[in-house]
Amino acid sequence: MSILTQESSQQSFLSAFLTAGCDSVAHALRKSFLAAIWFVFLTFPIMVIRVNTIENTVVWRWENMAYIAISIFFGSYIWRWLLARKEIKKDESKEETRFEGLLTQVQTKPVLKYAALGVIALIAIAFPQVVDLYQTNIMVSCLVYVVLGLGLNIVVGLAGLLDLGYVAFYAVGAYAYALCNMHWGLGFWYALPLGAVLGTLLGVLLGFPVLRLRGDYLAIVTLGFGEIIRLVLENWGEVTMGPSGISRIDRPEFFNMKMSIVDSTTYMYYIMIGLVIFTIFFVNRLQNSRIGRAWLALREDEIACQAMGIDKMKTKLLAFALGATWAGMAGVVFAAKTSFINPASFTFWESAIILSIVVIGGMGSIRGVIAGAIILVLLPEYLRDFAEFRMLLFGAIMVLVMVFRPQGLISAKRKIYKYEASNTASAGNE
Amino acid sequence: MEYFLELLLGGLTRGSIYALIALGYTMVYGIIELINFAHGEIYMIGAFTGLIVAGLLTMLGFPGASILAIALVCAIVWAAAYGYTIEKIAYKPLRGAPRLSPLISAIGMSIFLQNYVMLSQTSDFLPFPELIPEFEFLKANNSIMSSSELVIVIVTILSCVGLSLFIKFTKLGKAMRATAQNRTMAMLVGINVDMVISATFIIGSSLAAVGGVLIASHVGQINYYIGFIAGIKAFTAAVLGGIGSIPGAMLGALVLGLTEAFATGYVSSDYEDVFAFCLLVLILIFRPAGIMGKEKTQKV
Amino acid sequence: MNNPVLNVKSVSKDFGGIRALDEADLVVNDKEIVALIGPNGAGKTTFFNCITGIYTPTSGDVLIDPGAKGDALRINGKKPNIVTELGMARTFQNIRLFPSMTALENVMIGMHCRTKSAVWGAISRNKATRAEERAVVERSYELLKLVGLDEFVNELSSNMPYGKQRRLEIARALATDPFLLLLDEPAAGMNPQETLELEELINQIRELFQISIMLIEHDMKMVMSMSDRIYVLEYGRMIAEGTPQEIANNPAVIKAYLGEDDDA
Repeated sequence: MSILTQESSQQSFLSAFLTAGCDSVAHALRKSFLAAIWFVFLTFPIMVIRVNTIENTVVWRWENMAYIAISIFFGSYIWRWLLARKEIKKDESKEETRFEGLLTQVQTKPVLKYAALGVIALIAIAFPQVVDLYQTNIMVSCLVYVVLGLGLNIVVGLAGLLDLGYVAFYAVGAYAYALCNMHWGLGFWYALPLGAVLGTLLGVLLGFPVLRLRGDYLAIVTLGFGEIIRLVLENWGEVTMGPSGISRIDRPEFFNMKMSIVDSTTYMYYIMIGLVIFTIFFVNRLQNSRIGRAWLALREDEIACQAMGIDKMKTKLLAFALGATWAGMAGVVFAAKTSFINPASFTFWESAIILSIVVIGGMGSIRGVIAGAIILVLLPEYLRDFAEFRMLLFGAIMVLVMVFRPQGLISAKRKIYKYEASNTASAGNE
Repeated sequence: MEYFLELLLGGLTRGSIYALIALGYTMVYGIIELINFAHGEIYMIGAFTGLIVAGLLTMLGFPGASILAIALVCAIVWAAAYGYTIEKIAYKPLRGAPRLSPLISAIGMSIFLQNYVMLSQTSDFLPFPELIPEFEFLKANNSIMSSSELVIVIVTILSCVGLSLFIKFTKLGKAMRATAQNRTMAMLVGINVDMVISATFIIGSSLAAVGGVLIASHVGQINYYIGFIAGIKAFTAAVLGGIGSIPGAMLGALVLGLTEAFATGYVSSDYEDVFAFCLLVLILIFRPAGIMGKEKTQKV
Repeated sequence: MNNPVLNVKSVSKDFGGIRALDEADLVVNDKEIVALIGPNGAGKTTFFNCITGIYTPTSGDVLIDPGAKGDALRINGKKPNIVTELGMARTFQNIRLFPSMTALENVMIGMHCRTKSAVWGAISRNKATRAEERAVVERSYELLKLVGLDEFVNELSSNMPYGKQRRLEIARALATDPFLLLLDEPAAGMNPQETLELEELINQIRELFQISIMLIEHDMKMVMSMSDRIYVLEYGRMIAEGTPQEIANNPAVIKAYLGEDDDA
């Protein structure tokens, strides 16, 4: 590998790319060719043949074979090139990409920072006035995912606990509002704190027994809890209305005024903007505090952490419960926004989407999670033709991100405590 | 009594299928300490490959028994190939990364495979031809047990015994045990660890494929989603028995299968999956090492 | 009368069928430096793990008495973080720092259990929290300066030289404000010059903080010159106890070290 390092710095980009991870171009070509053959074989039954066992017909889709061969031939080049590059850049992995560098520059220069904030604020305020109802609606869903992502980020990104049942808390918030609204006409503004409290309570209740478990067991148990909650919602018909769900949930009211659909969607949008700002503020302050430090330390070395007097259980529980709080609130908002909920909205896929937002965006990075939510939620909405490939791509990207860029799209920028003669100074406040 | 017997046999069949999948989880976990989330998807791909091959052969007019044999072989070959490839793509580059990374990668792979099958085949349930012939002697005995159930139980027992013997006596089996105990040491004494890991994935995937074809033929329909639930349940079985232990996986699978059968039979069938998940949660909380597993002490 | 700050009474620890510690007794008095020596695999680190709560002893008592006032508290089975809160802080044989945190932050973590700000403080950044944070940073810096690491203050701990990392661990342990500092092979991997400086540092720490220190160490020169008393552990049993002079002349100890092929 070291030979490669020296050579590739001298060779042109193209030849480095063409020989990626191999001795010569011929070798690389052979490897790619073999990979293509292998994948053609691998995907042959599933991609090429489609059998209809009822009508006894077979459809052969030979063209898929060609697509696979071509894309794997080139894909394996890129794959090996990226692997080789990763090996070379191992020591420099902490370095920022050009885009991240730009962001840091904007954030450290007050003028640029306020200008950027101003522009974002202006766009955020003007958005619903400029675009139509449909766009605003999509934006509201996107913002719900931003809040969910930032909430899960506390658990996964900051405290390093893999929670695959996050959607359970989301469901509890949504059902709490839907049921209270249906039975007692409880309004949105009362339900929001109620959802938060219920989320926290459930988080503590579930977290207490399961947080003793090791990381991978924790993932499975939380997944199990998520599914239990969904199955109960589906089957406990007398209370939850079963699979048909609850409809005609009230939208948020503005001083008892009746609003048109357009107005109430716009209103919803501004509520979400407010909630997002609150969440960013909250998470940012939290991660740069004594508790945030403890989370980071816990993620790095649990035993040393305990030996330094940090209560592992309490610290983890706090992260878990805070994450659940946000899911509870997001659930209330979701119910109010769609005015109809059923258990199908709270499957494992929902947890998977939120997790991929956090992972792809960048674990522990507020900017990353926001970018992740915007890309992962908005892109499939606008690229309708690709909508069915959405989960396929999410899955693939999750694998690719883990292999090639574990820090995600925009890596976490943590406050570094620096000692300077007189006082604390901090760099990289998000 | 009749009802009880019916539930008991149903539980045994379920347990046998879980065992076939659980073995793959347990072997992989034993060797690289990773929950291979995509393992349930291998089972699903095995079932789909079996369906496609069986469908083709039926149309070509092959006789019944040969269809089963060929479909089974094809399912095993392709499932093993998928297992091997998945390890190379999603897990191998992540050795030495933080524990969370391969786990997330595994989840991503699982999501990818489900959608890959859904998009290239169908999202509907597909009817699966009945491949296992009816045995005359079972018909005569008042048909307490269907022939497919009998085949499933027997195949599972044979696979488990075969695997145990394999691990115990063959050279590769010994290399696997050595790698499971201490990968670095295994490497130092000249064991090709990469090869051992690949072999583990191939064997685990083959067993899952057998399970996939048999259960699909028993139940009569499949879709792209069957791997998810089956995977979680098999994982539960593996944990129940003590993850990393092969007899533990079989025992755990039987306990889980019987629990489910009796709980749905006597309590409520609406909550079928809830029982499995509750069992999983309870075991992990109260006895994370499982029935046959050993508690690990942390090195400081 | 000087009461012991740490009193370990016939502590045993079994792993499966193996007895790693067999009725070990040990006493640390106020402001004393005690060394625990013994051949490799004798159970020294197990002993540390048993008294700091990482393992729960199979039998026996671990009693502490922070002020040496005579009212001892039994701490068997208490969690490691509680033990640290009660005032026993340790370092690790195989350094366990937080690699992606700076030296300063590592020490700040040590002060976690002595500070209070919680969620509300973090969110509101009120006066109390800000003052606390400032105090934490300043105190951490002082501790770093004490162990001679002020030049590394903003360096990631993983980028520091090995010997400095050991010192950083000591600073981190001191930040928890202990009455007894437990050092697990603090001089391992250091050259003679560094070892000498470490010895000086440990003596300085005792003078400055007025605390007791217990260490596991293989460097006999260092152990002999600095300890008030020495305990010798072999196969999980305490085979000798006494001043350096007594230990050097103890036939059982000589046999343990020279009579068998264990390396010291």
